[in-house]
Amino acid sequence: MLFAKSNQSIALIDRFLNLVDQSVLLFKEGVKNYVFNNIENFNNNLHSLANLEIESDNIRRDIENTLYTQSLMPQLRGDIMRLFEEMDNIIDLSKKNLFQFDVEMPLIPSTLKNDFIKLTEISVSAAESVIPAAKSYFTDPASVNEKIHRVYFYEKETDVLADVIRRKIFREMPDLHLSEKFHLRYFTLHIENISDTAEKVADLLSIMAIKRIV
Amino acid sequence: MLILFFISSGLFLGWSLGANDAANIFGTAVGTRMIKFTRAALIASIFVILGAVLQGSGTTNTLSQLGKVDALGGAFTVALCSAVIVAIMTKNKLPVSTGQAIVGSIVAWCYFTAKPVDYGILTVLVSSWIYGPILGAIFAALLYIFMRRFIRTTTIHVIKLDILIRYALILTGAFGAYSLGANNIANVMGVFVHSASIKINFWTYSFDTIQILFLLGGISIAIGIITYSKKVMETVGSDIMTLTPENAIVVVLAQALVLFIFSSSSLSNLLISIGLPPIPLVPVSSTQVVIGSVLGIGLVKGVQEVKFGVLRNIALGWVLTPILSGFLTFFSLFFVQNVFDIGITDGRQMNNSLSHAASTPIIIHFSNDYLYVVILSILALFGLGMMYLYILFVKSKNKYKLNQEKLTKDKEHVEFLRAISELEVNILSDSYSTGNVNENRKSDLRDFTTSINEIQEYLQSLLDDLKEATNEEDVTLIKQKLEKITLNLKDKSDLSDGFSLFLNKIDDLESFFLKKLRNVNTNLTIDEQKLALLLEFGFSDSEIISIFRLNHAEYESYKNDLRIKLNLTENADIANFLKSI
Repeated sequence: MLFAKSNQSIALIDRFLNLVDQSVLLFKEGVKNYVFNNIENFNNNLHSLANLEIESDNIRRDIENTLYTQSLMPQLRGDIMRLFEEMDNIIDLSKKNLFQFDVEMPLIPSTLKNDFIKLTEISVSAAESVIPAAKSYFTDPASVNEKIHRVYFYEKETDVLADVIRRKIFREMPDLHLSEKFHLRYFTLHIENISDTAEKVADLLSIMAIKRIV
Repeated sequence: MLILFFISSGLFLGWSLGANDAANIFGTAVGTRMIKFTRAALIASIFVILGAVLQGSGTTNTLSQLGKVDALGGAFTVALCSAVIVAIMTKNKLPVSTGQAIVGSIVAWCYFTAKPVDYGILTVLVSSWIYGPILGAIFAALLYIFMRRFIRTTTIHVIKLDILIRYALILTGAFGAYSLGANNIANVMGVFVHSASIKINFWTYSFDTIQILFLLGGISIAIGIITYSKKVMETVGSDIMTLTPENAIVVVLAQALVLFIFSSSSLSNLLISIGLPPIPLVPVSSTQVVIGSVLGIGLVKGVQEVKFGVLRNIALGWVLTPILSGFLTFFSLFFVQNVFDIGITDGRQMNNSLSHAASTPIIIHFSNDYLYVVILSILALFGLGMMYLYILFVKSKNKYKLNQEKLTKDKEHVEFLRAISELEVNILSDSYSTGNVNENRKSDLRDFTTSINEIQEYLQSLLDDLKEATNEEDVTLIKQKLEKITLNLKDKSDLSDGFSLFLNKIDDLESFFLKKLRNVNTNLTIDEQKLALLLEFGFSDSEIISIFRLNHAEYESYKNDLRIKLNLTENADIANFLKSI
């Protein structure tokens, strides 16, 4: 009774965070399917991700409406909406990147297949690690900082691996055309972007948590 | 109805108390939009009236012990002077207390009417002004520590926490309003208790004077809350420290507790029953308790959060408010008694009606105490003068502060203008240097074209010589002329390089322009490109005519061709168009 309306908002927030989680998982699966040429599964992933992106946008708008129309958390809602916007960027990037695989069909040499999969996994891990931290912000802000250090770790690892892949592409693969090298380089950057966005979310969360505790 | 006129000064005091002090209760909640103003005002109004009617007697008794104002005229003057001082101090943003003002006024009334002042009670009252804020600070510090621990350890979802904070703000606000009514109603109506006499019967129940006065006082505070507190609410808190809704709960609760403790007879009796000293039931300034509470939080958070200038203002309020109020009351009582001939004490009851008072000629009653009255009047004037000087001081200080802010803004503005002008100078010097470069390029080209003219003139002279030689019939003469031509050619052999050099130079220098030009039309001939280039450089028609050695009609025809190829209208300015690309 007392929390009837707030329970609705909490459910929306949880749903949104789950969608972010699902989007990066779909992205990871999509890249794997592309690399191993499972085109049908890849298309399914792509389709699911596109639907998920639409749903997440709608939920984000619903949350925004609820927070403002019910005047919930006037002190915090600005920060919270910014957090959701940044998190929504993770979903958007996942979808955009997978579409780029579909449209541009980069040629991934067999020697780089495992590297690309590993890069995707680490980058996605950064995004996955930011979700529990975001959930903690709402219930246990003191524990946010304990959780976001994983995001920073994975983000750094992603950068390192992406550099290794780029070096391999440009120094150890003379058989590739320069255009193919450029193409592959762009795809490492696209995958890296996910962990970079996760890092941005982590930075934001860190400040927001401090604001709530002090 | 006459009684209503006399208690109107008390009602005015109540109104200003409601307008100012409601902000202490719901200020942060409304300012941060946690609670709507209408809801806050409604809750505060209801509970302030309840507090006044149900629990207002304790503090009123204490105030009565200080001095029994036993005539309506005296009570009217006392309340009015307090209200005026409160209004003036509030306008000058000093943390004023209605309690302090009324105490100063009552003491002045006692002095004026030669009634005894209970110095024991006065000491209790004055000391409560000091330990009220201190107690507020202690309560707030403890509550803040508890609240902070709760916020840090709780795992309640932030949205649910927000709802809880909202309810807590409403509950503490209601408690604060109740305590405010209970504690401060004495300031508003306390002076009328011994002079007014009203009774209203409702069937079997009858309201006595005190109940009616407290109800009216409570209503006047509520009207103050509803009509004027919104403006104050939107700015409260920022003067000392910015409050979050969580801290606002702490501050309001601390304030409510202090006010409740100083107005609860039952609590005092409870302490007596267990052998402890009783709590003095005295009116405490809610504003000063709030300031004490905010400072208490500031001390827990760290001293750097506290603006200590506010403490000085409180101390100033302790001294200044009762003194100024006392002087003003004393002076006013003299006028009310002697000019309007209205009774200010029981020994000299007021006249039957105001109309009588108004028609009475101004008579000053000389008495044995005349000298005493004159001295006190001088003191009152001195007090008013002091007050005026102080107001001037505060105003000039505020003005100085504003000027300082203006100066800082002006400095920033000047810096901004300087930066802009520097930028402008840089741009101008850049464009100047660009202009120089253009001029240099133009003069280079001019030199080249001049040399071309020379070459062409020279070639023409050679052609003429050759024609002459071919027309000669004498072989020796032909030989001589041909040798002369050969020698000339040998001398000027480097001139032929000049022309090609010019073309190369043009291509090198203007490759970017030519490239862009070719983008507009790929079918431009070399001559047309050259013409375009010279036009772009701003060569005059006559210069171009001389460079290309054309007549005017030929030149116009070239230009027309160029216009057509560049898709320009007949009258379009080719030079401008070429510059734009």
